[in-house]
Amino acid sequence: MIENVLPAIYLLASVGFILAVKWMNNPATARRGVIIGEIGMLLAVVGTLLRPEVVEYRWILVGLAIGSAIGAPLAYLMPMTAVPQLTALSHAFGALASALIGTAEYYKGEIPLGFPMGALVLESLLGFLTTTASIIAFAKLQELMPTRPLTYKGQNVVSLSMLTAAIVIGGWMVAAPAPTWAFPAFIALSMGFGIMLVMPIGGADMPTVIALLNSYAGVAAACMGFVLNNRLLIIAGALNGAAGLILSIIMCKAMNRSFTNVLFGAFGQLAAAATGSVAQRPVRSATPDEAASILDSARTVIVIPGYGMAVAQAQHKIRELYDALTKRGIDVKFAIHPVAGRMPGHMNVLLAEADIPYDKLLEMDEINGDFPNTDVALVIGANDVVNPLARTDKTSPIYGTPILDADRARTVMVIKRSMSPGFAGIDNELYYMNNTLMLFGDAKNFVAGIVKELAGSH
Amino acid sequence: MQSYEFGLYVFMLAAFLGFELVKRVSPLLHTPLMSLSNAISAIAVVGAILISGEKDASTLQRALGFVAVVCATLNVVAGYLITDRMLKMFRKREPEKK
Repeated sequence: MIENVLPAIYLLASVGFILAVKWMNNPATARRGVIIGEIGMLLAVVGTLLRPEVVEYRWILVGLAIGSAIGAPLAYLMPMTAVPQLTALSHAFGALASALIGTAEYYKGEIPLGFPMGALVLESLLGFLTTTASIIAFAKLQELMPTRPLTYKGQNVVSLSMLTAAIVIGGWMVAAPAPTWAFPAFIALSMGFGIMLVMPIGGADMPTVIALLNSYAGVAAACMGFVLNNRLLIIAGALNGAAGLILSIIMCKAMNRSFTNVLFGAFGQLAAAATGSVAQRPVRSATPDEAASILDSARTVIVIPGYGMAVAQAQHKIRELYDALTKRGIDVKFAIHPVAGRMPGHMNVLLAEADIPYDKLLEMDEINGDFPNTDVALVIGANDVVNPLARTDKTSPIYGTPILDADRARTVMVIKRSMSPGFAGIDNELYYMNNTLMLFGDAKNFVAGIVKELAGSH
Repeated sequence: MQSYEFGLYVFMLAAFLGFELVKRVSPLLHTPLMSLSNAISAIAVVGAILISGEKDASTLQRALGFVAVVCATLNVVAGYLITDRMLKMFRKREPEKK
């Protein structure tokens, strides 16, 4: 009896995942998407527990309980600014699960050579390398290790030989019964390659990497589907693999970068060279009350948020500023660069958290034409995404990257803690322009200061 | 037709579907989407349950399976909850609201 119901449960679970991704297209249906995705996952888990070959429940239930007990607080207690790290960490666990299942299947010794073994090898390779790569990405985003690209001479040769060695051993396992040392060596090489893959990548490129790792985790799950002959795994894995890949391609396009460029860290080396030539130059600065009076007399204001806003948790104060200015009849819009923050859409999430209407958040292409007619461009914790060098200086490592044309506004105000360069490690020409005022301070406190001044003046 | 050959067709069709669906997602939703797809990739939990629940599993297999169940469940729960938490914030604010 149960054998007849199980395929139906799996089929419904697949439909759930597909609808989840589909409904993610629109903010109005997105939450419905999450719910149908949760239902899909629940069906998948229940459907699997009911399968006749699953007989030993005790440890499974304990495992489900422990996983939920760690996962739920993690999701609720991490601040919203830490979403990129959390996704990276969550990836590491998911990938490790795939890798361990691959290992268990291998040591069971029932996988035939040829295609099934090939799927198992690919599953384990992607699983292990995604695990270590995600951990490094997490450490970089959490700033447990330097966010700058870590490079050394001959790095590409070392990483590529590790990958080649892993593939050769993997090929051996596919073609013939391999000796006992082969699989542990294969694991070590895969994990090593995962570390080497992310080490040379700078923080500015981390969103692309997370999207790509997402794709790897999906393909690993699909491979597991081939090993276990499970179509639900194949569908969910393929869906996910494609989603991650296309997302990282969208991101690369937004940054005007090629995939190989991101993966081989050329960006990092150039950036390091450029930092050497930074000279001390004068800038103009202003206080909160001066900034408040400039904003008060403006008719149009464009706010450009960046990672600094996320770090300072300034989004709620920005909402107060938005309310204060809107009440005065000033037109306030937000310009969202595709890679502002550490993940695509990072800024949207934070501003939405602060209840700023999302139709006021405009993308780069929609808003760039408005800057010349804008009285004030208020840059809050953004740096590289407004650096005019990207348009003008052919030798700059960020040359060609599409930027927000904040420098074309009549007045530019930049809230920033210090003059230190941004994530790409290069100086920003915008700060030295005649129409630029630097507002030095913590983004949250400074915006609070402006809001206070605005409230006092009326 | 061998089962894995059939599986390859399924894989190809699902991958194309994934491309088409995600291509149209607005950048506004990229972060929640990434988080959702992170949660979906935790479908590995199915494999983890199958491996650790088998009748004549060795100790090694049970141990690996158990750790895999913990890891995959963590990924499922964290992935969905964080996506939901993010999306709760996407509400259109009424302009007349004070």
